[in-house]
Amino acid sequence: MLVCAGTGCVASKSLAVKKALEEELVKRNLEDEVLVVATGCNGFCAAGPVMVVYPEGIFYQRLKPEDMAQLVEEHLLQGRPVERLMFTDPAKKKTIPRMHDISFFGLQELRALRNRGIIDAEKIDDYIARNGYFAVARALMEMSAEQIISEIKESGLRGRGGAGFSTGMKWEFAAKARGDIKYALCNGDEGDPGAFMDRSILEADPHVVLEGMTIAAKAIGAHEGYIYVRAEYPLAVSRLRIAINQAREYGLLGKNILGSGFDFDVEIYQGAGAFVCGEETALMTSIEGKRGMPRPRPPFPAYQGLWKKPTILNNVETYANVPPIILNSAQWFNRLGTEGSKGTKVFAVTGAINNIGLVEVPMGTPLRTIIYDIGGGIPNRRKLKAVQLGGPSGGCVPESLVDTPVDFESITKTGAIMGSGGMVVIDETSCMVNLAKFFLEFTQDESCGKCTPCRIGTKVMLDILENICAGKGAEGDVETLEDLSVTIKNASLCGLGQTAPNPVLTTIRYFRDEYDAHIKDKICPAVSCTDLIKFEVVSDLCKKCGKCAKACPVLAITWEKGNVACIDKAICTKCKTCIATCPFRAIA
Amino acid sequence: MSKMNREELEKIKQRFKSLVTVREGTARVTVIVHMGPCGIAAGARPVLKVFIKELEARDASDVIVTISDCAGRCSQEPVVTIHCGAEQPVVYGKVSEETAKEIFSQHVMGGKVLEHYRAEEGAER
Repeated sequence: MLVCAGTGCVASKSLAVKKALEEELVKRNLEDEVLVVATGCNGFCAAGPVMVVYPEGIFYQRLKPEDMAQLVEEHLLQGRPVERLMFTDPAKKKTIPRMHDISFFGLQELRALRNRGIIDAEKIDDYIARNGYFAVARALMEMSAEQIISEIKESGLRGRGGAGFSTGMKWEFAAKARGDIKYALCNGDEGDPGAFMDRSILEADPHVVLEGMTIAAKAIGAHEGYIYVRAEYPLAVSRLRIAINQAREYGLLGKNILGSGFDFDVEIYQGAGAFVCGEETALMTSIEGKRGMPRPRPPFPAYQGLWKKPTILNNVETYANVPPIILNSAQWFNRLGTEGSKGTKVFAVTGAINNIGLVEVPMGTPLRTIIYDIGGGIPNRRKLKAVQLGGPSGGCVPESLVDTPVDFESITKTGAIMGSGGMVVIDETSCMVNLAKFFLEFTQDESCGKCTPCRIGTKVMLDILENICAGKGAEGDVETLEDLSVTIKNASLCGLGQTAPNPVLTTIRYFRDEYDAHIKDKICPAVSCTDLIKFEVVSDLCKKCGKCAKACPVLAITWEKGNVACIDKAICTKCKTCIATCPFRAIA
Repeated sequence: MSKMNREELEKIKQRFKSLVTVREGTARVTVIVHMGPCGIAAGARPVLKVFIKELEARDASDVIVTISDCAGRCSQEPVVTIHCGAEQPVVYGKVSEETAKEIFSQHVMGGKVLEHYRAEEGAER
């Protein structure tokens, strides 16, 4: 019985469920027949805590400790799986017992996440049983550094952190760089709002990252490595620590790994959670013990990185893709994907979507498949408006482009970026100007302040957006925003500033009418910006149900059966509870 | 001196493989012990324990032992069904702890169907 112990499920009390289950098993004398395993994130976070019971593969969701008695009695003793705790298809209203029959799981292609929900992240033997560390064995004993690099280059693997640079080429530069000391670093400084891909890999399968790093180290000739993880990920840090200790104990890290004569060891460096430290030069400056700020490139880190030594930095997910390439060949890897983007990509799907969670799909899968078939569509019978990709550095893909295949090239064409895998689904109740404002608030706050365009430019842009949302927008504001965006993109030193205007630019590109409505008509079409809402009931749309009157916390709404509701503006505190409650969007 | 070599890594893999095979859902043979109330009353639980013990003793990582509910042949309980790849599943009836051992060694491991233990086609069909 595999109980999910990723951060999401632990937060919804999966450990209490596990404890109750174990107590129940002892009570029934089943503790020798049934093995309870705490796994890493299963991916279906919206339904947590989740559990999968093998060998049948029955998927249980939203478990409570008090459900365990029935589960043990019915499923384990009587062989009758408990329907009440299974997943129900929201469209067909039918329960689906087996995990692989649920489209959320069935349509995914697990490579970077291949061990999720199968192994106990804190047991190295589980990982080894799934071919773990055999790629290291192959790379260290049978392959030369050149062979490793050419295999990775041929696979077409591109960095999963956002920029999408060829991993093989990056390694080749560092391998050719002169230096007695070199470093292999791992970037686990995942900071996009709503993104949790790297955290889930570190929590569910920490050894795969260590294995990928060791292979990279051999390729470039490094003997030391750091994993940069934010201190906000305590579970990931603790599982990594356990994994490193186990690997050292087995001689899979340290001196003379597997008797190959190759030495490599890894240390964890905990970052304080500054977004800019996800940028490679800022990350290295931070490891050196200085304030995390980027520096100009060149010199590129491959020649002068950490402590001015040749260094490679790869993202967690990139490293997770390396061992299977070494074991199964480059051809196996690039069988999936599109012309320029090979393999799979992990996405953290969140926002206005039924199945919030972690998904891994082949590159080139249309957004529509991810949102409707895997994600289960938009809840509350609302309509899809846009998909935000790439976090604060990315942009919005509008509903009209929902058939766009997800790969580096196609997403870039829409004005958004693939990014590290954050995918926020937006429905019709979200205001796009407000969304752009939210991301600008984030980048403005996280700007390190080193260069003027980013430090002051984002602040000026944010001021304009705040004015527009407050109904104080003026003609020409949109043009000023576009103008500033160009300057900030061109003149900023690092990726943070160069991409910060993207959310504003894409929302202007696809939702210019919303900006105009805010500025000229002083209306927020999504009924989201408080200052632009009249708080009046539109009598044509009102179905006289009275839900708003019951929901109003200050009793500002009067309603009688059969009559249109009426809001008393003298009492109304503009809390928007009525707007969230009304099923007919009748309050404007 | 290295702490571990490739052969030792392989040994660990083999030792723990059976534990994860079950979770992958891939197996050569699946043994289903039917555990409806009728099966349990007729002694399906000790039969299940025999299969689990045999499985562990032989380290058969490509075999899955699992349970299901009543097979609808209550007079024949304990009933055990063996799925072997694409072959027609074989149903054994009135399985005792001794016959369970025999079924495991002959059918599950050896691929030989034990005709004389097959469940009779009863009146409840």
